[in-house]
Amino acid sequence: MTLPAHARCVVIGCGIVGNSVAYHLTRLGWGDVVLLDKGPLPNPGGSTGHASNFIYLVDHSKEMTALTMDSVRQYQELGVFIQSGGIEVARTKERMQELTRRMASAGSWGIEGVSLLNPTQVKELVPYIDESMILGGFSTAGVGVVDSLRAGTLMREKGQAAGALHVAPKTEVTGIDVEHERVRRVRTTDGDIEAETVVITCGVWSPRVARMAGARIPLTPAVHQMIDIGPVPRFRGAKSDIEHPIVRDMDTNMYERQAGGDLEIGSYAHRPILYDPEDLPPVEQAALSPTEFPFTQADFEEQMQHALELMPEIVGDESVGVKYAINGILSLTPDGMPVLGESPDVKGLWSAAAVWVKEGPGTGKALAEWMVHGESEIDLHSSDIARFHEHQKTRAHVRARAAEGFNKTYGIVHPSEQWASNRNIRLAPFHARERELGAVFFEAAGWERPQWYESNAPLLEEFGDRITRRTSEWESRWWSPLINAEHLAMRERAGLFDLSAFTVFDIVGPGALASVQCAALRQMDVPAGRVVYTPVLSPNGGFKSDLTIMRLGDEHFRVVTGGAAGMADKKWFRDQMVGGAELADMTSSMTTIGLWGPRARDILADTTSDDVSNEGFKFGSCRTIEVGTQRVLASRISYVGDLGWELYVPIEQGLKLWDTLWEAGRPHGLAACGIGVYGTTGRLEKCYRAHGNELETEYNVVEAGMTAPRVKEEDFIGKAAHLRHREEEPAAIMCTLTVDDHRSKSGEKRYMLGREPILTRDRKRIVDRLGRGSYVTSAGAGPSVGKHILMAYLTPEHAVVGNRLLVEYMGERYPVTVAVAGATPLFDPENTRIRA
Amino acid sequence: MNVLVLMESGDPSRQALTLARKFGDPRSVRMDAIQPFAPDALAAALALAADQLNVSAVFAAGTDRGNEVMARLAARTGLPFAANCIAVTPGDPVEVTRLRWGGSLLEEGRLHSPRALITVAPHTVPADTGPAPAELDLKPSAGSDLVVRVSDHVAPANGGVSLTTAKVIVSGGRGVGSKEGFAIIEELAGLLGAAVGCSRAVTSAGWRPHTDQVGQTGTKVAPEVYIACGISGATQHMAGLKGAKRIVAINSDPQAPLMLNADYTVTGDLKEIVPAITAEIRKRK
Amino acid sequence: MRIAVCIKRVPITGGRILLTDDARAINTQHLGFTMSPHEECGVEEAARLIEANRGDSVVLTLGPPEAVEQLRDAMALGVDRAIHLQTDGQEWDAEATASALLEAISADEAANGPFDLIFFGNESADSGGFQVGIRVAYSLGRPCVTGLKKVTLEGSSVRCEQEVEGGRDVYVVPLPAVLTVKEGLNLPRYPSVPGKMRARSKPVAVTTPTRPAPRLELVRLAVPAGQGRRAESLGIGATAAPAVVEVLRQAGVL
Repeated sequence: MTLPAHARCVVIGCGIVGNSVAYHLTRLGWGDVVLLDKGPLPNPGGSTGHASNFIYLVDHSKEMTALTMDSVRQYQELGVFIQSGGIEVARTKERMQELTRRMASAGSWGIEGVSLLNPTQVKELVPYIDESMILGGFSTAGVGVVDSLRAGTLMREKGQAAGALHVAPKTEVTGIDVEHERVRRVRTTDGDIEAETVVITCGVWSPRVARMAGARIPLTPAVHQMIDIGPVPRFRGAKSDIEHPIVRDMDTNMYERQAGGDLEIGSYAHRPILYDPEDLPPVEQAALSPTEFPFTQADFEEQMQHALELMPEIVGDESVGVKYAINGILSLTPDGMPVLGESPDVKGLWSAAAVWVKEGPGTGKALAEWMVHGESEIDLHSSDIARFHEHQKTRAHVRARAAEGFNKTYGIVHPSEQWASNRNIRLAPFHARERELGAVFFEAAGWERPQWYESNAPLLEEFGDRITRRTSEWESRWWSPLINAEHLAMRERAGLFDLSAFTVFDIVGPGALASVQCAALRQMDVPAGRVVYTPVLSPNGGFKSDLTIMRLGDEHFRVVTGGAAGMADKKWFRDQMVGGAELADMTSSMTTIGLWGPRARDILADTTSDDVSNEGFKFGSCRTIEVGTQRVLASRISYVGDLGWELYVPIEQGLKLWDTLWEAGRPHGLAACGIGVYGTTGRLEKCYRAHGNELETEYNVVEAGMTAPRVKEEDFIGKAAHLRHREEEPAAIMCTLTVDDHRSKSGEKRYMLGREPILTRDRKRIVDRLGRGSYVTSAGAGPSVGKHILMAYLTPEHAVVGNRLLVEYMGERYPVTVAVAGATPLFDPENTRIRA
Repeated sequence: MNVLVLMESGDPSRQALTLARKFGDPRSVRMDAIQPFAPDALAAALALAADQLNVSAVFAAGTDRGNEVMARLAARTGLPFAANCIAVTPGDPVEVTRLRWGGSLLEEGRLHSPRALITVAPHTVPADTGPAPAELDLKPSAGSDLVVRVSDHVAPANGGVSLTTAKVIVSGGRGVGSKEGFAIIEELAGLLGAAVGCSRAVTSAGWRPHTDQVGQTGTKVAPEVYIACGISGATQHMAGLKGAKRIVAINSDPQAPLMLNADYTVTGDLKEIVPAITAEIRKRK
Repeated sequence: MRIAVCIKRVPITGGRILLTDDARAINTQHLGFTMSPHEECGVEEAARLIEANRGDSVVLTLGPPEAVEQLRDAMALGVDRAIHLQTDGQEWDAEATASALLEAISADEAANGPFDLIFFGNESADSGGFQVGIRVAYSLGRPCVTGLKKVTLEGSSVRCEQEVEGGRDVYVVPLPAVLTVKEGLNLPRYPSVPGKMRARSKPVAVTTPTRPAPRLELVRLAVPAGQGRRAESLGIGATAAPAVVEVLRQAGVL
């Protein structure tokens, strides 16, 4: 069969993801879709072909859980899902606590059929386990096994039956032509195809294929060891592939599952074994398949011992032999999430890589929606290929973080856990000063940001009882009471913040206004010298982002956004740019210092002869002032809810500005404040929403309580949907809750960290009419209000001030009360401080 | 110069003779000269004859017996031995090309020896059509050389069609899926009067006895038609198929090595295709 | 009883063999390794005999440091200990291999008494020399029977069955003896997890013999030209059945 000369879309790679993308594109109405693979069908030789094919449902990531659940639905519809149930067992007390967290995540994401089991109950379900090795287990009834190759075949057949899909196995891509930064043509061993769009679904080969187009897909092939032992006497006569629950031995990073008459044992416990995509053999040279490498026994020695401990009846049986053992190759990324979306390097070139079998079909569907409709039903911001900063795409970074992350596959990962490898990549100009002040650094977008300063210890004494102490190890991890102390120092006097991690880009030229208008919900045609905080909407009116935009001139706008979302926001704005506009990334040209608190004006006034009075420098305005010999762009805006400014200077002058402000601030009691205040305590007291927490494409402006009185005349992305939302009764309302009683059954006070389910007083989940459950989107201390603050979307009936509800945390339920329904701040509700 | 050749009945020995003639005027010793077969005694006789005639080389066919007796001659005389050669050039050293990996690889080598000991891989060179070389008479063997001798013979255990002589072989691989999966293979073989064969993966899994295994470490076969069902075609298996006249491969993977090395292919699920062939034959009969 | 078994580490080849740049070896970058299949049966047979008769079993190999993996595999199947004649990875010809093994076997026998049986594979999967076992037997002055598919102890003798056309020839030789075996002698067990774990702590004695100049010298390897078969597709799925039957008819076997 000859290849078509032209295609709407060429999908490269016939693993589970490629099949799903191709099928869903045709289902959504695209014709002329071509699906290629260099290998044969139905098993072209990638990771899909040797995957263990089981699916656990509960993940702490909402995005991953949503993709997994959608995949299960699709596998079930295709008739290739066998439900077996699964049990994650705990050998340690710490793991038992983690299992209660998994219970909470199941509650937050709406996964039913979960329970905590004691060892005897586990033994009843898995009779061959040595229950004396475990303290308990977390059971998920919906766990199952799929036939991912069959699923792929069925998807291809559906696409072909619709006459919209051309499938070409044994067709190797030899080049991808790019013209004017846009994909044009795919060159193959069987001829060239002119292509409007190309999707790389090549699993571990993806970086190699992307490079043909000059694009980068940051992932690394890595080994996952698996052995198959049998025949197991207990499984003799098994009627299906799986009849017993799959066991995850979490503390040893292993799993054990029945596979017909055998037992399959897999491990994520061995040393990270990484390869380069170039190391993978061609199909015809591989002894098994190109992604099944020879087993390295030495790496599996400890795992045999662990498996023997847990399942002595089977693993210790002398008649049960090791029949098969491989080093299977799978994809790892620097942050553990997939790589999805349109490449920021080449227009029309899409990636769906580093996707495992459990989330394959859902990912394919989501990507197809994104390609066809401009966004997917499931918010994919954590998986967006555009999220990576330049250094994060380097081979060294990918390998360092993949190696560090590999053994966390079944790990107990604290929500604030920091990476250890490849740090100190981006340093603020005043980094040395911060070190002298005893800064404890957290990483954001590669920047080292002080989370708090140990030198602020005297503040603990000053504020005494107003600072809540935490006794539980879990909540004290990656946390310090100094955050609360710094917060109070800022509220009483002033705080100095390192905001270097901001992503800053300028949009200039004749088309600049039209470009930012298109992306921003709020009116951007404001006088120069104004700064506007604005949501950025997705086509369906959800939150793509939120950020501030300064108008610096008629044809000059400066967009300031967070480091985490910075790269994706930059791509979003670039994609909306109209003729005559240009985008310049200023992130590494500028540094930003925040100065806030009731004494901020006094401090700034001591450094400048410019007018910084409330009348002379109003809230929401920005302009250049002179601080000594420095010209500083000052922007009067605040994310912590206090009087003050963001101060921008060229990066090489940052140190001088820091020193000037520090010197001027000392008589006023200025404290260096970490991001613990900026990102958590300060904003939570003010009920400010954060992207990725409260703000996602799955929620709209009305629900978030951010509706402005008027909608601008000019068109913008998401406008039609937004106008519709304004007419509708919101399905959910963003609320702020406070915890009424922190005491656990043991008497220890516990403090939620976020993502926990919110329940009614009679312990029922709260689900809105669109099927979205209520969970804690953000949690943290409010030192000035003396409360632990939670934010959550609640249904209108529950979004009533004073309404009493429960939050589930670590296996217990704590009483909470709705303090705010909507956006009114808990602290300084009249906003007098920021306007002072 | 003289050259000595150990002759068996059949083509392989005449093929060995072809190469032997490059080394000189051949004289022969018959493989069945000592009855019952006693390989040490035969090796002793060869050693003596080789010395007496002062031959430059000793040749045999690369059959089981040929290789065995030649190895014993090598051990007894302390000379190197090159098994399964397909080309030789006399000289010092003798240049040889020999088979490795059951024929999947060729080795070019040099044999440094005052007397070349060589077996010739069967069916790799043309058979000699010249006059049969003169046969040597052998002296009686020493008792110590008769310790290893055939004392009995056991007839083949199964009454089925022998793989080595079958005109048709229906063979199954990992793709058959299970021991029970061979029922459709057996049914087709029964209808064709064919032998049932299998790949090494199948015997390793315990689905079929090793006597059914075709390949480098199993049986080497030479049927008119070899029907390979669900066999990928690793080099180990292909090494046993070199004598097959026609190979029909049935496999869901069109890129499987056996599909690429077959004469005819059918792509798809053997569980549907094999019964369809059986039904088609029944229909015609 | 005392049994020795000699094995060889060989790569597990896939569909197509690739050579190193100097064409003197197989490119094993993507390949795993195993013991040669005939020898796997030798190990299994040794393990069974020791299980039945008790005693001491030793596995020997001449090979690179990594060959210890195959020694451990053999010990996982039940062999008690190992002797590793370590090389630098260079090819040893059959003559040199045999004399190195002979030296190791003789040394072990001097210390622990003679082996009743020494097993070899009939020929190695890779170089296929058909002679190492026979050479060792001659040097030890012991009877050697080759190509065996069945081995039975009968008092102080061993009954051996060798596959030949039209059945099996039987040899009965006195112990001690050297036997070279073929796949099909038995169905080797898979190693159990406890077996693998025991193998980790079993002793491996290492010696480093000196490689003599080979008298059968490998110059280079080559992949033979294609077999000349050009596959003709008879179709896809069950609809191809009539075409298959037509091939059978033309071949005259219907």
